[in-house]
Amino acid sequence: MLEIKNLHVKLEEEDKQILKGVNLTVEAGKVHAIMGPNGSGKSTLSYVLSGKDGYEVTEGSATLDGEELLDLEPEERAALGMFLAFQYPVEIPGVGNMTFLRTAVNAQRKARDEEELSASDFLKVVREKAKTLQIDAEMLKRPVNVGFSGGEKKRNEILQMAMLEPKMCILDETDSGLDVDAMKLVADGVNALRDEGRGFLVITHYQRLLDHIKPDVVHIMAAGRIVKTGGPELALEVENNGYANILAEVE
Amino acid sequence: MALPELKQSTTAARLAALSLPEGGCLEVARRAALSRVQSMGLPDRRDEYWKYTRPDTLTAVEAPRAAVLEAGEAPMFAEFDRLKVVFVDGVFDAEASDDLALEGVTIERLSDLRSKDIHWAKDLYGVLEARGQSPVERPLAALNTAFAEDGVVIHVTGSPSKPINLIYVHDSDSSDAILHHVVKVDSGAEATILENGPAASRFNKAMEIDIADGGTLHLVRAQGRDHERRAATHLFARLGSESVFKSFTLTVNGVLTRNEAIVEFTGDDAVAHVAGACVGDGDFHHDDTVFITHDAVNCESRQVFKKVLRNGATGVFQGKILVKPGAQKTDGYQISQSLLLDDDSQFLAKPELEIYADDVACSHGSTSGAIDEDGLFYLRSRGVPEGEATDLMTLAFLAEAVQEIDSDEIAAEVNERLHGWLSRRR
Repeated sequence: MLEIKNLHVKLEEEDKQILKGVNLTVEAGKVHAIMGPNGSGKSTLSYVLSGKDGYEVTEGSATLDGEELLDLEPEERAALGMFLAFQYPVEIPGVGNMTFLRTAVNAQRKARDEEELSASDFLKVVREKAKTLQIDAEMLKRPVNVGFSGGEKKRNEILQMAMLEPKMCILDETDSGLDVDAMKLVADGVNALRDEGRGFLVITHYQRLLDHIKPDVVHIMAAGRIVKTGGPELALEVENNGYANILAEVE
Repeated sequence: MALPELKQSTTAARLAALSLPEGGCLEVARRAALSRVQSMGLPDRRDEYWKYTRPDTLTAVEAPRAAVLEAGEAPMFAEFDRLKVVFVDGVFDAEASDDLALEGVTIERLSDLRSKDIHWAKDLYGVLEARGQSPVERPLAALNTAFAEDGVVIHVTGSPSKPINLIYVHDSDSSDAILHHVVKVDSGAEATILENGPAASRFNKAMEIDIADGGTLHLVRAQGRDHERRAATHLFARLGSESVFKSFTLTVNGVLTRNEAIVEFTGDDAVAHVAGACVGDGDFHHDDTVFITHDAVNCESRQVFKKVLRNGATGVFQGKILVKPGAQKTDGYQISQSLLLDDDSQFLAKPELEIYADDVACSHGSTSGAIDEDGLFYLRSRGVPEGEATDLMTLAFLAEAVQEIDSDEIAAEVNERLHGWLSRRR
């Protein structure tokens, strides 16, 4: 599904290489986790895949179902099925959450030559999905993420994911800023979306999110590269011993 | 003091091209206004109050031509249940207008007052304008008082069941219109006035509003989108105790617009909100000039102005809150913000506070900025194309001003129009 080959990325503004040859394949139906110390390039990878400005790809490719993502605008990638759950969801004062969701859903449907959802159909679907994430009507009415607590923002990300039904979901430190209960709620939302046709890339610092979202494959990223790949036990090793042993072993 | 020669000759030339309507109860006020113009002279570039906006096309003898826009859409408020009062190039059109009878309000033509010696409007016509000439001169308003042939005088005595919609049709590309309205709201009465349309190639409009104790007036206007039209408007409002005045102005296009609002609190516990949203492109120049005088206790004033500017458009804001001695517990708020969609556009702001009371809360803020890139990326990452995302962000920027409209129905109409215009221009 998602295939990243030899991806090299530097910051546009300064001559600083962040990703130095990332190779990674996420198959449909699988959950891959990426762990790694601060500054290893995890968030950069998620931004580059979703098309954020400010990064320059100097080498390599990233394809989704064979289509090159790196040549596309962010909205085109979204229409192909890419989704990034932001580490810091952006507040947009003045744009109602509901308007935002409907605009996004219909923009993607339009881009895929599908019929737009009517206001009433949309409302039905969004209410149902919001309920399972414990998002109340008030939150849907408020401006996007404005005045939301950390937990509400992350739940709102998962709601967007549920509404947009992407093929490939990247979760960038979705557990940051969440208490145990909130993390469980978010994880349940993610698990509900797991199915054979969908791939996940979960970026996290901590094992505890992976207790709730069980990964199939765990990668360790350091200094802009995937340095080790293994099963769920790799995450436990990190939790118990930190990165030092693994990094030493790789070097 | 003698006027500078150039100012004197400009003023004399302009006045010579106009003739003072004679007869009736307003003639004295007209003559007084004429002498005010003669002593002040019409504005020119050297006047401090016109530092950011060139008045020459507003004071020239001939109105510059302005093509009539074929908008290809229903006029604003067309779907509303309202009482229509139509002016074409500044002349009342009885046929296009509704019957002016409506319970809770009396509406008469200004020109009818020429045959009346006694009328309530005599106590207001030119009176609020004259009060508004100090401490800053507003010669175009005095010119309006002297020469306006048409307009309406509205006396709100109760709570009319529907809004009064003043519709200004632009028909001739060389039209030059002067309209003057007087609105008197009785104690406890409440009305909504809607205004829309470009009115003329050049439009000079004044509205004097007197709200008695406990009265409420909502004023929502949409200035026409004709690209080359020019307008200088003045709003003079005097508020009694516990009265409420809410005004919102939408301006999209128009090569030159100067909207002055002069609000005076004379009774305690009153509320005045003056808001505006504008979207300008290219040679668009839009100026909001506001002067709010607190001369009573515990009054709230709120100014919210938002401007979206692109392709070299210019926005101006001159807003002042004057709190007189004794006007304690004043709550004055003022914000003016511009969203600059490119490097060529500019926003010139002069926010002012002048306070002579010690127990007041006044704040002002003025900002200029580009569109929030993080917000834009967030929307795009969800599949919203860049143009549509920019429109959403633009509407969101304007929302704080549009929210000043109390009626959800009217606010929805404003938002819908804005959305349509933005997306068509993409």
